[in-house]
Parts: sequence; C-alpha cells; structure tokens
Amino acid sequence: MVPAVIHLDRYIDAILRRRWPVVVLATLAMLVMTAGARFIGVTNDYRSLFSEDDPQLAALEALEDTYSVSHTALIAVAPREGLVFTRETLGAIEELTEAAWRTPYSTRVDSLTNYSHSEAFGDDLVVAPLVDDAQSKSDEELARIEQVALSAPQIAGRLVAHDGRVAGMAINVVLPEDSDPAVVELTDYLNTLLDQARASHPDIDYYLTGDAVIHRVFADATKDDMENLSPIVFLLIVVMAAALLRSAYATLAVIVTLMFTINTTVGFAGWLGTVFSPVNAGVPIIVMTVAVADSIHIVTAALAGVSRGLNRNEAITESLRSNTWPVFLTSVTTAIAFLSLNASDSPPFHVLGNLVAFGVMCALVYSMTLLPALLSILPLRAPRAHADRPGFFDHFAAFVIARRTFLLWFVTLAAVVLVMGILRIELTDNWTEYFDDRYAFRRDTDFVIENLTGMESLEYSLNAGREGGITGPGYLREVDAFAEWFRGQPEVTHVQAFPDIMKRLNKNMHGDDPAFYRLPADPELAAQYLLLYEFSLPFGRDLNDRIDIAKSATRMTVVMRSLSAQQQRELDTRGLAWLRANAPGLATPATGVSIVFSHLSQRNIQSMLRSTIIAMGLISFILIWFLKSLRLGLVSLVPNFIPAAMSFGLWGYLVGQVGLAGSVMTAIAFGLIVDDTTHFLSKYQKSRREGLLAPEAVRSTFRTVGQALWTTTVVLAAGFLVYSASGFEVSWALGLMVTITIVFAIAADFLLLPPLLMAIDRRKS
Amino acid sequence: MRINRAYSWALALLAPCLILLFWLGMPPIARPATPEEIGLKIAIESRARDDGFGNFTAKQAMVLRNKQGQESRRQLRVKVLEVAGDGDKSLMVFDEPRDVKGTALLTHAHKQEADDQWLYLPALKRVKRISSSNKSGSFMGSEFSYEDLSPPEVEKFTYRYLRDEPCGDLTCTVSERFPVDKKASGYSRQVVWQDKDELRTWKVEYYDRKDAHLKTLTIGKYRQYLDKYWRAGEMNMVNHLTGKSTVLSWADYQFRTKLKKRDFSKTGLKRAR
Repeated sequence: MVPAVIHLDRYIDAILRRRWPVVVLATLAMLVMTAGARFIGVTNDYRSLFSEDDPQLAALEALEDTYSVSHTALIAVAPREGLVFTRETLGAIEELTEAAWRTPYSTRVDSLTNYSHSEAFGDDLVVAPLVDDAQSKSDEELARIEQVALSAPQIAGRLVAHDGRVAGMAINVVLPEDSDPAVVELTDYLNTLLDQARASHPDIDYYLTGDAVIHRVFADATKDDMENLSPIVFLLIVVMAAALLRSAYATLAVIVTLMFTINTTVGFAGWLGTVFSPVNAGVPIIVMTVAVADSIHIVTAALAGVSRGLNRNEAITESLRSNTWPVFLTSVTTAIAFLSLNASDSPPFHVLGNLVAFGVMCALVYSMTLLPALLSILPLRAPRAHADRPGFFDHFAAFVIARRTFLLWFVTLAAVVLVMGILRIELTDNWTEYFDDRYAFRRDTDFVIENLTGMESLEYSLNAGREGGITGPGYLREVDAFAEWFRGQPEVTHVQAFPDIMKRLNKNMHGDDPAFYRLPADPELAAQYLLLYEFSLPFGRDLNDRIDIAKSATRMTVVMRSLSAQQQRELDTRGLAWLRANAPGLATPATGVSIVFSHLSQRNIQSMLRSTIIAMGLISFILIWFLKSLRLGLVSLVPNFIPAAMSFGLWGYLVGQVGLAGSVMTAIAFGLIVDDTTHFLSKYQKSRREGLLAPEAVRSTFRTVGQALWTTTVVLAAGFLVYSASGFEVSWALGLMVTITIVFAIAADFLLLPPLLMAIDRRKS
Repeated sequence: MRINRAYSWALALLAPCLILLFWLGMPPIARPATPEEIGLKIAIESRARDDGFGNFTAKQAMVLRNKQGQESRRQLRVKVLEVAGDGDKSLMVFDEPRDVKGTALLTHAHKQEADDQWLYLPALKRVKRISSSNKSGSFMGSEFSYEDLSPPEVEKFTYRYLRDEPCGDLTCTVSERFPVDKKASGYSRQVVWQDKDELRTWKVEYYDRKDAHLKTLTIGKYRQYLDKYWRAGEMNMVNHLTGKSTVLSWADYQFRTKLKKRDFSKTGLKRAR
C-alpha cells in the first residue's frame, strides 16, 4: 500500500497545483461529449422491449405475416344516452368508418356499420354493409339492424356491446420498417379525426385505444419522464446537498461535478446513437442520484478537515487520501451491477445498464479531477452549524451498542417476516396497464374494457394440414368445438372463429332457414360457398386477415377479460391441453400481443437471474479482496443481500404483482447498497486495526461515515422516489422498489450490521 | 383554366364517339390539348387497337406469396367475347384449388353501369348472382382484384396525361386514371405506363383511398396475336403494405375460337367446363 499512497499523494499534489488547467481540460472534454446529445433518439416502438430471438414475438410476427395483420387501433363510440341504433349515432359511425379508411398505413377497417352482412334474397346471396346511409333508415330498419348486430357472433361483444350502448371499429394498420414517424402520423390522424367527430356530434363520446396507439404513449411517456422528472431530481439534489453540506461553495462544487457527469453521459449516449424508450428514460435520473455520492463523500470529508482547522488544500488532500479507495471501489461495484443488465432479455435494459455504468465511471473521473480542483479554487469555509450531526450519530451509536442483542434478533425477525411476502408475488406484464391514467390511452382503454370488449386476446393460427383443408367438415367441426369450448370459459368475452362464417353461409344458402345454421357437410360445397362469399366482398373487407393464402389455416381470436399474465398463460395452457385431447392435429399454443407480454417478465427474470448472481458474487469477491478479510467479506453479504429480499417481500404484501421491473431491481439495488456497506466496513476495519474494541470501532465508524452514508442514502432514495412518479409501470415499480430497498439497506447497515460485527468480534476475542 | 376543366369534365361524360368527332374536327391551330384530353385520347386509342379480336381463350396460373414465404397456386381458364357497343363478356372456369374445380364465373362488363356477375357452383349445380357492385375485393385471396384483371372500360375513368419517359428500350406515356364511381372502386387513382408504339401497358401503380401507394403491377412477356392483338404473358402484382405478391401467368392464347354468345349466358355458364 505504501507506494500506492505515495503515488496518490503525488497525484493529488499535481491536481491541486494545476487546478486551472484541470478545470479547463475537464470543461473541454465535457463540451465535446455534450455535443453528441443532439443525436439522441426516442423510440415509440413497444416491441423494442423484446429481444430479436424472443420465441413468442417470433410466433406473433409469423402470424402477422401470414394474415397481413399487425397493429390495431380501436375506436369506441358511445352515445351519452341510449343505444347506438339511432340515425345520429349510426350515421356518426358510418362517417367515422369512411374517414378511418384514410388512416395512414391502414389495411382494413371493421366497424358495426361496414360489417359484411349476408342474407338470402330469393335464390341469391346478398352481401352488403350492415348499415348503408343511416340517415335514410326507418324505425323498422333500425330495429332490424339492432337485431342483426346483437345476434351476429362476429361483431356482438367486439364491435358492438352486448347491451347495445357502445359500438366500435377496429382499424388494422401495417407499420413500415421505420415505424416511429408512421406511428406519429397515424395517431395524429386518428386524434384529429376524433376531435372533429366530437365537435360535430357533441352527444357522443369517442375513445381510442389499441396496440397501434400504445406506441405513441410509449414515446410520450419517455419524453415526459426525461423532461419532467429529471429536472425535479436535479433540483432535489441541489436542495438536499445544500441542506446537508451547509456550505454554498461545497454545494456548488458538487452540483458542477454532477452537471459535468450528466452532460458527458447523455452526450456519450448521443454519440453512440442511443434511442431511448420509457424503460431507459430514467438514465439521467439514475446517473444523477448514483453519481452524486462520490462527490458528497469527498466534499464532506474535506469540509470536516477544514472545520478541524486544516487549510483548504490539506483538507482536500486528506479527504482524497481516505476516500479514493472506497470511492473507486464503490464505483466499480456499482458499474459491475449495472453492466449485469446486459444479460436481460429486454434490449432497453442493456442501454440503461451500460449508460449508468458509464455515468458512474464518469462521476469517478470528475470526482478525482474536476472536484478537487474546484474545491481548491472556491473559498471553502467550515460550515457553521456542522456540530449537531456527529452528536446525533454519537447518540445513535450508543443506542445501537446498548441494544445490540435486541436489535440483532428484532431485525432478523422482521427480515424473515418480510421475506415471506415474496411468496405472494405474482409476475405480470399487461400492456393495457403499462401506463397510468394520466394518459388518455389508459382511461380510454379502461372504458373500452368495461363497456365494449376486452383488449387482451389469444390468437391462434389453426392449421388444417393441407391446401384448401379449411372447408373440410372435420376441420370445421374441430375448430368450432374449440371456439365453443373457449366461449364456455369464464375468462373469455368473445371468440371470433371461421366456422361461424360457414354456418351463416350455409343458412343463407338455404333461404335463411335458422335450422341450417350449422356447418356444411360437403367440403366442396363449403369451398364453393366460401368462394361465392369472397367474390361478394368489397375492397378491404376480404377474409385474408382470417384465412391464409393456401386456405390451409384460419385465424381464431379469443378476447379475454382483464387477466394477469399468469392467468393468461394458464388459459393458453388449458387451450393447448384441450386441443391435444380433442383435436391433436390442430394443437398449437396461442400467440398475440398479450401472450408476448405475458412471458416478458418471466423471460427477463430467467435471463437476469444468473447474471445478477454472477454480479453479486463478483462484487462480494472484490469486497473480500479489498477488506483483505474473508470474515468481513462474508459478513458484508448479510446487509447486501437481505434488503432486496425484504423489499420484494414487502412488495408481495402491499402490491402483489410485479413485472419487468422485478427482473432488474435486485441487480440495480445491489449495486447501490453495496456502497454503504463498503464505506461502513472499511472504516470499521480501520478503527479495529487502530486497536479499538468492536463497540468502540462501531462508535467511531458511525461518527466518521454516519453523516455521509445518511446523506447519500437520502439522495438516492429521493431520486428513485421521484423516478417512481413516472406514469410508466416499469419505471414506477422500479423506482419504488429501489427506494424501499435503499431504505432497508440503510436500516440493515445501521441496525443489523453493527450488532452482527460486535457479536462476531466478541466471540473472536 | 376553370373553363377548360369544366369543359373537359363534360367531355369525359359525353360519348367517346362525340369526342373523337370533336378531335378530328378541331383545326390544328386550336388551343393545345389539356392533359385530361391527352389522357383520354390515349385510353380511347389503346382500347380501339383491341377492337375486332372477336373472342379468345387462355389459361391462367396464379402463384400467391405471403410475407412468410408461403406459396399457393390457382389455376383457371378464361374465355372472353367481344361485345359491340358494350363491355366484354368473360367466363372464368376454375381448375385449382381442387375443391372449387368446375366453379365458373361469368361477367357481363358494362361501359357505364355496374358489371353483372354470376357464379356457377358445381356442388350445388346452381347459378348464383353476385350482389356486390364493388369489384375491388381480393380475387381468390390473391393480390389481384377482379377490377385489376378486367380490361378497363374507357368510360369508367377520367384521365390525365402526366409525361413521357423511357421504359426499358421503349418510350412510355405516363397517365393517371380516376374512377368515375368512387364507391365501385377500391382505388382513388391508378398511374399507367404505356409504350408509345403499341400502347401496351407495362406498369400500373394503384393508390388506395387514402392516396397511399398500395400496389404495383408490372406486366411483361407480351406477344402479338393475329398480327394485331398484343397479350401479356406475365403479370406481377406486389402489395407494398402487406408484402404479399401474386404472379399471374397467361398461356395458350387462342383467338377467334368457336365461342358463341350463348356460351356467355346463365345457361351457358352451367355447361362451362
């Protein structure tokens, strides 16, 4: 260590002597990096959450390519009073349907009014839109439309509510490769359209949802978080640093260092061409809260030196001497923890991890160069009322030492009780619940789910196994039975299946005799009915979204009530079991947006589990090596591991459901809380080496680092608490869980670690 | 300009012979033709060059491809009868897929009003009238609609000449056509490339109701029959929105066969094989 100390002293001396060149160089470096900020992009592609080899996403994309469907925008039309079967409301839906055809990137529009209703007319099959020119309809015709609509399985419960109070239209859009501007274009179009509709029909309410729209909310939420939450966190840090350091110049030094760190990190992201999404919109916030700790440790120690009567440069030298190692170490461990996010299955977390790791290392560099130079330039004075805090920590240390046995048992018991809550945790990710109701998307989605139709669905591509096989009686019977089975499930609100079309055609071809509302038995006749029907369908109303080109498979859509991801997966499993037992030829798992999301957390937790454990192991080894004590290293595991488990447990009791955030929370929180333990243990060990007994060493540790640990914890907790104000579920949950974990961590470091150290060291001596 | 436009709109609505007369009667020193007039002239001229073919039969094979790379075939035979003073009558008999083998589609195209269509279902041994007036729906799941397959009647569109440009070794005129009956068409407009020598169509771009470029048809392998009538050997339709495509190959063209008018009636439809 001796040569290292000499090197360090020489280094500190060099920095302090060339303080102005250091400041100028750092400023230049920062400016060059910051110039990259203009290259930062924001994506609105919710599918950026998924890795390219996600099997559920691959299955969904195969289905989309087969049936030329991809994203849906759903508009609900709800008259304030009464049913939708009035001239005014049907007319409004008709207008809107017509305008919806002009939605950019749309391929088809399905609405109550353009539903291709088929009926027998003498010997002929007449296929016509259910409503054509609503204004001209008589009351009898309106009553007939109502009767047809509410009894048509294709639309009742999907495009018209069973109670007839709300109707809807589904606009299918196929987004181009570069989807970001396309999404903006199409959502702008739809919003303008609905504003016009609201103006011309003030008695009708309009709602807009669907996974084509959530893209837009994705980008909006990213911008909201970056533009609104980041400044709040920054201000909060300024205020807290000022309150805790009680020195304007010291605060200034900390804030300038922080700004340099943020600008450099964000600029670096820009130079790399980073594209942000809600998942990693928190990067500036996390970097700020994590990076400020280094400078606070250094400045606190420097202030303490000044107040003990050292001159500025002596105080800075002493501070760096005692803090360089811990600050370096905590930066490395934090960076390792964040880098472990690269194992996540969700690519935006890679960006989050890498950028925060970069930011942390950046903070280390600025804290060792810019910060001492600034401190040396600024007229640093000892804070006036700095004496009460050590007093507090003296009392606190006395309490912990006196009650150590009680604390050891009490905290252990509390931890065990809390950790049990993990069992109550359910993994879930629902795209309909990703945004809270500050976003119109969520309010509209909730309305649609309550009043019209479910927004989550299972999609099946049921393969008959041969070209033209879909009109075979065996195939039709099996698909029909599968659809009927789903209709009998309590979680299901609507099933759209191909055999319903064939039953209706069979009825039409028999003079609309209800007795013939059944599957045609002759495969050739069925195929020819279908051909006749297809020739009767106008542009954009064809069956290509339901039937593949070889007529070898049909698509079945099962709309579910709002279910947790686990319930969705269970329903999928039950469906597959039914198919295996009753129609093994058709057996296939479900796909669809909901299914892809329902596997998201699970896949991420699996991918993160190993890397989190590796990161934890690596960090623990670094601690053992740094402390040169296996015993202390092992002790450090307790306050490092337990807080995350306690926090998951508390979450299990209070919230119960956790999604994507749960998969990365442990790694992130671990990287942060290990810092406090490192500082605490290194000071404790130093005191012990100086010959103090365990209780006295604890007292001394509290006195020297209690203040700094408390300060950094408050800043971290506050920063992540602000992060939890995000309207995006993943950020919200991540912010809150990390906050809770940080609070538990300081409790473990202050209440559990000292009694543990005293118990172990007493036994030893 | 306004007068010119109103004038040309009126022109488009009048009978083509009247317009032709007008043209022929115009002294060459008159005002230059508007783009609308040139477009219409090209349409009339290309239709006129097909006059007198009488009837023909051919075989069609379609290969449908979706974005997944999945393929499917359709096989059919077509018979077309020229009708003086009205749209052509055509008969399509399906050979593949097998379960619709023998199904036949009869179309009586009209110059202005909606076409009449009937389908013969062999499994039912009955002829059914097709009710829809919109012929833009997908034809047997392909990227073609019936509208894309049938020769365009001059009167069903208005025209606008855009420019001349090279196409391969030839020079093409590029003009737009707009459907007169908006409800009967799935398109807001089509842009057509025709070579100046023979007025063969080489490319058509289809724009949907939101005026987005929906599909592109490229036509090739032209051959001349009876020293006069050009017929395409291959048509390739690509849907830019869905990534699906259909290749339609024509074969075995035979002109002036023994087809009679009654073969293109509802009773003739039942006998079609």
